[in-house]
Amino acid sequence: MSAFTNNRIGWASVTPAVLWTLVFFCVPFVAMAVASLYPKGADGLSLANYTQFFINPSYWRALTNSLEVTAMVTVISVLLAYPFAWILAFVVPERWQRLALMLAVLPFWTSYVVRSYSWLLVLAEKGVINSALVNSGFISEPIQLANTRGATVIGFVHFFVMLLTLTIFANLKQLSPNYAKAAADLGASPLQSFIHVILPLTLPGIMVGAFLTFVLAIGDYITPQILGGNNELLMPQLIMMQIGRRGDFASASALSIILMAVVTVAYFACARWLKIERA
Amino acid sequence: MVRAVSILYAALLYGFIFLPVAVLVLFSFQGTLFPIPPFNGPSLRWYAAVLSDARLTSGLLNSILVAVVTSAIATLLGFLSAWGFARFPLPAANLLRGLITLPLTVSYLIIGMGLLIFFNWISLPKSLMAAGIGHVVINLPLCFAIIYSQMGDHQANIERAARDLGAQEWQVLTLVTAPMLWPALFASFFLAMTFSWDEFVIAFLLTRFDTTLPVEIWNLLRAGLNPKTNAVGALVFGVSIVLAIIFELVAFRKRAA
Repeated sequence: MSAFTNNRIGWASVTPAVLWTLVFFCVPFVAMAVASLYPKGADGLSLANYTQFFINPSYWRALTNSLEVTAMVTVISVLLAYPFAWILAFVVPERWQRLALMLAVLPFWTSYVVRSYSWLLVLAEKGVINSALVNSGFISEPIQLANTRGATVIGFVHFFVMLLTLTIFANLKQLSPNYAKAAADLGASPLQSFIHVILPLTLPGIMVGAFLTFVLAIGDYITPQILGGNNELLMPQLIMMQIGRRGDFASASALSIILMAVVTVAYFACARWLKIERA
Repeated sequence: MVRAVSILYAALLYGFIFLPVAVLVLFSFQGTLFPIPPFNGPSLRWYAAVLSDARLTSGLLNSILVAVVTSAIATLLGFLSAWGFARFPLPAANLLRGLITLPLTVSYLIIGMGLLIFFNWISLPKSLMAAGIGHVVINLPLCFAIIYSQMGDHQANIERAARDLGAQEWQVLTLVTAPMLWPALFASFFLAMTFSWDEFVIAFLLTRFDTTLPVEIWNLLRAGLNPKTNAVGALVFGVSIVLAIIFELVAFRKRAA
């Protein structure tokens, strides 16, 4: 077969996927960027949708809310998942590990919308927690748990604890037991061996998991909308509000691009940090 | 000491992870109008209500249709491109591979927004097809990555042997390469189906009257807490677990073989 036919077959097989990505991902992105430059009600090209973001305090507030919630979710999820993964990897007997891990991520299989709704059942004014607290006499009146930032954080943490437990577990199991043995031979206590040997070795894996958590959480609309309500808006809620309530596609496009820029900055910050760690 | 603390901690976390699911399933059997304590049941009335709700059942069928068709397309495109990149020396291959995996780094909301504006421009109406196109966009990078990672050199040798024995290129692809890669194709199809099945925001933005199950469930939420939502949620959970077990069994059998 000649090199020419060879390459023709190669091109024919990669072209459909490349075209699909170009037409339905790249072109829409350009369309969105162009749309963001033609603000609703103004005639002609303008950066108003972007300057608006820095002038209007409620828009700026949505971004800081998003960053605060996402940072909180990422830190709490890592802190909860790490010991859990460690217990599953080193305390649970080998033959039960597969089952224990499968159980730990079972609620992953509930649908995404339903998972947030389930937390509403738990946190609502007459929900499970309030009923239990009132009936046992701890409180006399139900406390507000749903429609708060706390509820959004709980909903997110629930999902990401499962995700991070999976990734950290895989990370811990990859480590050779010889590291811990060597540390012990050299006189390290189990705690010292953990802090100086195990933890640094799993740090790159934790960073990858934390970055994934950050990216998925900051772009999510469902959890804050169902659990946080409309008391304070996060970026995705603000974007959806521009389309739904106001029909302002241009502003929604600008906000989407700003959100993407934030994620990109986080990516480069994270990537650089990871490389330094590995060197 | 470490053991006792560990067991306590693990028990607390399992409790946290299972609490909402347990409440969801328990109150799907509620006998009265609200899924809140006290529990009056068990009753199957809300399951009956779900199964006789035409919107939910058509949403279910639409979801299955979109999941199966878009996963098949994403797996096919992913397979062809993975094969092309693995077997032929193409110029700018790195760049093009990067392009195909690019949508992985962008959130669904932004992909949906872009398509909404693009389809608006070319006057393509909101429909299941529009949402399906979006689902292929999000799943193609995943399918490509899974299949590409399984393309080894030993398979290239077997393909060469088939060519030497007179097989046409399409015969090599369908009779040799695809069967060899079946576990990767299966995993890619299955994973894409799970993502499409559960995807909300793209379907929400790009469909109107005929829509998928997650969007129909979202519409139910407007009525507030409602045991019917519990019932449909519990049903989806049950089906997903059955699928997960099948996947586990098939993937496990393959590995053992």
